[in-house]
Amino acid sequence: MSEQNHLLPEITPAAKGAPAHSRRHFLGLAGALAGAGIIGLSSCSKDDNNPVTPVNTGIDLGSGDVGILNYAYALEQLESAFYKEVVAKSASVLQANELAFMKDIAAHELAHAKFFKAAIAAAGATPLQDLTPDFSSITFTDRTAVLNVAKTFEDLGIAAYNGAGKLLKTAAYLTIAGKIVSVEARHAALIRDLISPGSFADLASADLMGLGSDNANGLDGALSPDQVLSAAGKYIKERLNASNLPKS
Amino acid sequence: MNLQNIFNHIESEDPEFYERTSPRRLAIRTFMKGAALTALPVALGGLLKKAYGQTSTDPIAILNFALTLEYLEAEFYQKAVGNASAVGLTGAALGAYTTIRDHEAAHVKFLTATITKLAGASQVAPKPNFDFSGGVGSASGTGNGPFKTVFTNYDVLLAVSQTFEDTGVRAYKGQAANIMDDKYNDVLQAALQIHSVEARHAAHIRYMRANRGGSVVDGNPKPWITQDKSNIQTGNNDANAAIQRTYAGENATNQAGVDIASFVSADLATESFDEPLDKDAVLAIVKPFIITP
Repeated sequence: MSEQNHLLPEITPAAKGAPAHSRRHFLGLAGALAGAGIIGLSSCSKDDNNPVTPVNTGIDLGSGDVGILNYAYALEQLESAFYKEVVAKSASVLQANELAFMKDIAAHELAHAKFFKAAIAAAGATPLQDLTPDFSSITFTDRTAVLNVAKTFEDLGIAAYNGAGKLLKTAAYLTIAGKIVSVEARHAALIRDLISPGSFADLASADLMGLGSDNANGLDGALSPDQVLSAAGKYIKERLNASNLPKS
Repeated sequence: MNLQNIFNHIESEDPEFYERTSPRRLAIRTFMKGAALTALPVALGGLLKKAYGQTSTDPIAILNFALTLEYLEAEFYQKAVGNASAVGLTGAALGAYTTIRDHEAAHVKFLTATITKLAGASQVAPKPNFDFSGGVGSASGTGNGPFKTVFTNYDVLLAVSQTFEDTGVRAYKGQAANIMDDKYNDVLQAALQIHSVEARHAAHIRYMRANRGGSVVDGNPKPWITQDKSNIQTGNNDANAAIQRTYAGENATNQAGVDIASFVSADLATESFDEPLDKDAVLAIVKPFIITP
């Protein structure tokens, strides 16, 4: 509670330009794995030894905490754009209560995206540009397709936040990330229940295991930024360069 | 004994001292260089308390705090499933409770193993005895609290489940920033991975309640929390008050200086961000359910 009304700290110039501390968890996936499905990432989720080419072209997300905030901002932009489309195009295939849920989620994601833009600017850094979504692969008039993409985005978002927490250095940002990720988890649980009742936390499912879940220990997914962006890349026209983000 | 000797002594007694104090060696060096002499006793006390006291930033203490909550949840769901026929848990609902029970039991096992690995088995907090009526310390007494029908009344079971899950989410969220240390990156990540599972549970229980309706369901519970509403009406003022503590402060619309209500409605702004609770607030919520220690 003590965090909630505090202004986020200024990002110092040193933090802005600081190189990543360690490459020990380095997992650049873009080259070899770009375009691979999320499931395809499972074999890499806990493996430090994949010799892959890092993404070092495209829009630089930046380094340090601001880089992580921009990374989260990118994902929230994507989710916000997706649900905006769902609300605009999928009403005819959704039940009334489902559409009401989608409208709520669209607003939550919009709030998250706008929050990050404001918070990054307030920290004295430049927010990531507006991204251009590419939803050409999604049939918005197909309920199952829409819900499955929603599930992918929500579960991926959770894995992204869970994997990025340890990369943050500022406590206030970690707390904020925690405030958002549990709402994404609430979304994910609902979407999963709409697709298949009772699947709200199916940690043993192939899709969640592909995001790093561990059913034996009751753990949700967690992925590195490179893994997440590799999976999300097909929905974003711009190429995002995560090579300067902290790696541990 | 001069100050350097004190530090040397600490290091010889406890080689990990510098590692356990955060932010570690640099802090000690800075402390040695920068501290004004008059401030030394106080500053030194703080430094030692950080290493040895039961402060909220001791990772083992935090893990044991989490373990206590998981003990509570694991036993609660074990009893719910064990009393399935008495309480009316059947079909999909029983399936969901079984899933959640298994996750909570897994969390207990995982946290126990983690604490054992970091600090030894002797540092694992023992499982307390629980009173799921919530009567510990109340006038009505242990076993006779405001939730005494929890394993015979399905609506009360759902209400208590929702409250425990939403409390768990807030508890993990409140501790995450206390384990920010590269040494504990794995612990932090696992805590976050548990945190989001608890949020999934909370969302499902809330959805179950919305679909069920009935007099204990107040208004329209959504999978997410609107304002600071529990959406629970037990008909018992003590029970309602106990539940409401879990939702205190969830109505925040200002996040790190950003007015979220300037982007979306105030209700949606509160739903978009879940709020943390500190350890004391969480303990106050669960205390009526914990008989020992």
